[in-house]
Amino acid sequence: MKADPKGVLTGVHFMDGDHACCEGALAAGARFAAGYPITPSTEVVERFASRVPTVGGTFIQMEDELAASITLQGAVWGGAKAFTVTSGPGFSLMMEHIGYAAMTETPCVFVDVQRGGPSTGLPTLPAQADMMQARWGSHGDYEIIALCPNSPQECFDLTIRAFNLAEEFRVPVMFMMDEVVGHMTEKVVIPPADEIEIVPRRHTHKSVDEYRPYGTNGDLVPEMAHAGDGYKFHVTGLTHDERGYPNMTPQTQDQLVRRLQNKIREAADRIALFEEEKLEDAEVVVLSYGITSRVAQRAIEMARERGLRVGKLRLITAWPFPEKKIRDLAAKVTAFVVPELNLGQMVREVERAAAGRAKTFAVSHAGGGVHNPEDILKAIVEAGRCQTV
Amino acid sequence: MAKGRISIVVERCKSCGFCVEFCPSKVLALSSAFNAKGYHPPHVVHPEKCSGCDLCGMYCPDFAIFATKVAAAAGDK
Amino acid sequence: MPDSLINDVVNPVEPFLRSDRMPHIWCPGCGIGTTVNSFARALIESKIDLQSLALVSGIGCTGRVAGYVKLDSFHTTHGRAIPFATGLKLANPKLNVVVYSGDGDLSAIGGNHLIHAARRNIDLKVICVNNLIYAMTGGQTAPTTPDHSITSTNPYGVFEPSFNLPHLVEAAGAVYVARWTTFHVRQLSRSISEAFKKKGFSFIEVISPCPTLYQRRNKLGDGLDTMKYYKEKSKVRHGAPTAEVGLSLTGEIIVGKFVDRDRPDYQTMMRAQFAESLGERFVEQGETVCS
Repeated sequence: MKADPKGVLTGVHFMDGDHACCEGALAAGARFAAGYPITPSTEVVERFASRVPTVGGTFIQMEDELAASITLQGAVWGGAKAFTVTSGPGFSLMMEHIGYAAMTETPCVFVDVQRGGPSTGLPTLPAQADMMQARWGSHGDYEIIALCPNSPQECFDLTIRAFNLAEEFRVPVMFMMDEVVGHMTEKVVIPPADEIEIVPRRHTHKSVDEYRPYGTNGDLVPEMAHAGDGYKFHVTGLTHDERGYPNMTPQTQDQLVRRLQNKIREAADRIALFEEEKLEDAEVVVLSYGITSRVAQRAIEMARERGLRVGKLRLITAWPFPEKKIRDLAAKVTAFVVPELNLGQMVREVERAAAGRAKTFAVSHAGGGVHNPEDILKAIVEAGRCQTV
Repeated sequence: MAKGRISIVVERCKSCGFCVEFCPSKVLALSSAFNAKGYHPPHVVHPEKCSGCDLCGMYCPDFAIFATKVAAAAGDK
Repeated sequence: MPDSLINDVVNPVEPFLRSDRMPHIWCPGCGIGTTVNSFARALIESKIDLQSLALVSGIGCTGRVAGYVKLDSFHTTHGRAIPFATGLKLANPKLNVVVYSGDGDLSAIGGNHLIHAARRNIDLKVICVNNLIYAMTGGQTAPTTPDHSITSTNPYGVFEPSFNLPHLVEAAGAVYVARWTTFHVRQLSRSISEAFKKKGFSFIEVISPCPTLYQRRNKLGDGLDTMKYYKEKSKVRHGAPTAEVGLSLTGEIIVGKFVDRDRPDYQTMMRAQFAESLGERFVEQGETVCS
């Protein structure tokens, strides 16, 4: 279905990533946000607080991130599309409720505008060190989807995609921005509402007697109902059966948790989004995401100017990790160069998927700034000296 | 003629004794019978005294007992 | 002459239960089931539309209520029933939202959310079953456990002062505060009905036995002994100053309706503020906001 024009600020704008993310949420149909202030993410909800009373919706600043991360889920079950916004320390606090959203299959978006860590770290400076946390931060076995924008324009476009994926798969989606993307100001084009495709809530049409809150019709994603619709359903974070009733046996656990995993893994190819350039003749592939990909772009150009056969693979979907793509590439290329604003996170996934068939060079940076293109170039040159044996 | 009638869901009872204690008319007592879990459910010892007040039902934490009011049939004095 | 029945031979509480999940997990003599009876009767008395009633609970023995009632019910995370309920109510203001949870869940890990929801006067009906202990996890000290009680984490006796919950929530801003015990089945039901008629943050504390842990470890008898203790030691004092209603190990229990006042609820204040600041530009939240 098409976006609701009330939430779409059609036009050509000059705005930063945080603001563009808010506009993306509104365009996607989000009409509820619960937040807690934390640099460098606060502007997203400040804008939402300002915009939403003129669009029709609610923003509430809660007393902490523990509250914000569950208040938005109450709003989802009350019928709204909802999200919250935070950075590292708040993201850590939200982990229990990300797990709750995964377990109860509550569609929602968590925006993490990453900053230097660990702990209080560098509140106003970038990092990309929450990437593994986005995937594994909560306890237990579960899958999430994570997207990485690298520009304010993408902060708009991909936020819509994040909401759409959340609704399609009934999963919490992590929107992994960083402080530079969030605070950089660039041109953002917002199209007319009828050019924006949005995925509606998977609301059930079954009768009250037929409906099973966690039953699936052969696919892996159950249909949803909202409080007040008359279904008198039960939702719990305990391991549950198709009726939503607690059922704490190994068999139910296996069935439920595997389905939660499979609904994402089996659709991984469909979910995966990446940008590739010059991979046909590449010997070295630079894999990057977020703001680092903008610097990597420069490094790749410099390498090509020197005649090195370098290709680019930019992750737009970071999770589920595009294993198949890496596996296929590893068979053809000699090496991967993975610059990240962390001491080695996504590079581990690259290594794992490459399974030794290509070498992997991490270009780590502890955060607080962005890479120099020269540092990435150095790694590309070194990688280029590798020979496939 | 009793104004109320007791219904007991024997298998739910956990012999807490609330109904026996708080019945204003002392209609109930714990029986010597067992349910499947080994608890002694109550039984009605003075059915004629039951007023149908349903205090037993209000107290029962296990939803195992309730009283309903009984209408006198036409012609009954 | 044959008797004829006025009522259907169905327990009046049965339509509110997920009968397919009976018997429940609560211990013999536990009072939580008794509170559910009072709750069900309040729903009947108040003629609440069950379709637009949602019940939210946290974690603990009382938290299990959500799984046993036949309503749109949400068993959420420990301490966070109130913020979840806030989101539910804000997204769909037509819902009647009840929070049904225990003393540990609401006042320890959930304490921050309790006071802020009361401060904001969010339109929620909170039923706090206070068994003075963390029961589900095996009998640890709660903020409500009376001085000198024996618990599994204070094996030599509690030495911390305990919370006086009515006092706390009144200070935080609740518009309706009452306390009963599981002995006071009718009064509790009436309080719940009164709370349904009020807009704003209502808090009803119900003192309840935990015979397996609290009572047993403190040699206070079983559930029935505790109910008799409630009957004997409770003093009804409507309007009592909440500062004076603290509990102790074997002292008297002040019960009654302590606070019943009026102030605008969160959503009323929100709408008024936006209408004043934005005038024509204010757009009220739509019905169901996504299809």
